Amino acid sequence: MRHTAKFISTTASVAALLGSMTVAIPAISHADQAAIKEGKEIATNRTKGNCLSCHKMDNGALPGNIGPELIGMKERFPDKAVLRAQIYDSRINNPATIMPPMGAHGILSNSEVDKVVEYVYSL
Amino acid sequence: MKKIAVIVSAFWVLFSPTTGMASNPEQDLKNIRADYASRFPDVPFADYINGVYAIDKGSRAQWESMEEFPPYEIYVDKGEKLFNTPFKNGKSYSDCFPKAKQGIKQNYPYFDEKRNEVVTLELAINECRKANGEEPLKYGKGAITHIEAYLAFKSRGKKIDVKIPNAEAKKWYERGKNHFYTKRGQLNMACADCHVNYAGFYIRADILSPALGHPSHFPAYRSAWSADEADGDGMGSLHRRYDGCNKQVRAKPYPAQSEEYRALEYFETYISNGLTLNGPGSRK
Ligand code: HEC
Ligand code: HEC
Repeated sequence: MRHTAKFISTTASVAALLGSMTVAIPAISHADQAAIKEGKEIATNRTKGNCLSCHKMDNGALPGNIGPELIGMKERFPDKAVLRAQIYDSRINNPATIMPPMGAHGILSNSEVDKVVEYVYSL
Repeated sequence: MKKIAVIVSAFWVLFSPTTGMASNPEQDLKNIRADYASRFPDVPFADYINGVYAIDKGSRAQWESMEEFPPYEIYVDKGEKLFNTPFKNGKSYSDCFPKAKQGIKQNYPYFDEKRNEVVTLELAINECRKANGEEPLKYGKGAITHIEAYLAFKSRGKKIDVKIPNAEAKKWYERGKNHFYTKRGQLNMACADCHVNYAGFYIRADILSPALGHPSHFPAYRSAWSADEADGDGMGSLHRRYDGCNKQVRAKPYPAQSEEYRALEYFETYISNGLTLNGPGSRK
């Protein structure tokens, strides 16, 4: 959770910085697009997130059905930080969960988690 | 999904070793059976010896056609030859296992009250070799699993009947049970997560088997193991499978025939009491 706070404040200060520099919005969404694309690679890679082994998502090949389909995430997670917390450490929501604690166990680095969040949020 | 989460946590409270209550193996066995029966109401108890094929009709048809030309058959034959080949001292395996031809696999694993440990068939095979001045065989795959395949074949149709004769034996049972329910590895998963809570679900393209009946059909021939070996030998022991499942979750695997895996085999076989042996098995 500490990290989440840091992430948010970093994002906020970057945004503030960008805002004060009045950089055009398309530049930001370009960065988002890149994060989403990288996030997708991390999420589907079998040695990284391997989310498809349990979740159907984005028409990925051979999905498992252990977890719920990842779709309409903005509606299910109006607060992006809650989504990040679920992915960073799934045990917060369900201590007995089978879902690996991606960030807390170092399966994914913090920046990898961030990118996966961007990707999953776009679904 | 809510419903599943609730079932899972109820399960955890009932069976988790972290509740710290001493276990009652007979009660565990009843609970585990009842739990599978409610998950798979259409699967007859006797069918659990067929692993994932007991619960999935689609892959069962494929498997049955594979069983028409069983890939383990040549290894059963090899095992029979090895079994009947005399040691340098003129004796042979049948001096250690006089009843082998009538089937002895059903007597393993057992708790040896004199030695205070669980003895598996693989361990007994190597102890026989050592007692006769022969080098022990490498555990888990190769020749030892061929001998085991032959002995398993001779025991087809016999019933699993593991006893827990005293308090020491119960400690071994507890150790195996603990291993089974404890989350481990970087991925933080327990055997029970995959083989109880999500038995029948897809993990990528694989359907997870119920743990009930796991030991009935080992050693087993796996196409995946065959592909890994230069000579295409796909035979492997139960402990080789444990090794694979531990590694899958990036947990530290234990050596084949370590106390840890013998305890796990003891637990998994005890809960399978009453099921029929049908080894060797074939799996993809
Ligand atoms: C081994 C199985 C498994 C893996 C791998 C897995 N999950 Fe999950 N996930 C689950 C399960 C099961 C749930 C349901 C909640 C629970 O039981 O904890 C879940 C829940 C979720 C949820 C909440 C969904 C909702 O609507 O409530 C999100 C988001 C999620 N997972 C994202 C991911 C992402 C992203 C990855 C990969 C980086 C991933 N999961 C990998 C099993 C898994
Ligand atoms: C990440 C999920 C997962 C975990 C955790 C896991 N397994 Fe498995 N296991 C599998 C898959 C997938 C297979 C192959 C399909 C099947 O038969 O279930 C398998 C197969 C097996 C088999 C062979 C079944 C057969 O009929 O051929 C045994 C025995 C087994 N596992 C035991 C264990 C034990 C004991 C543990 C804990 C040490 C464990 N597994 C942990 C996924 C898992």
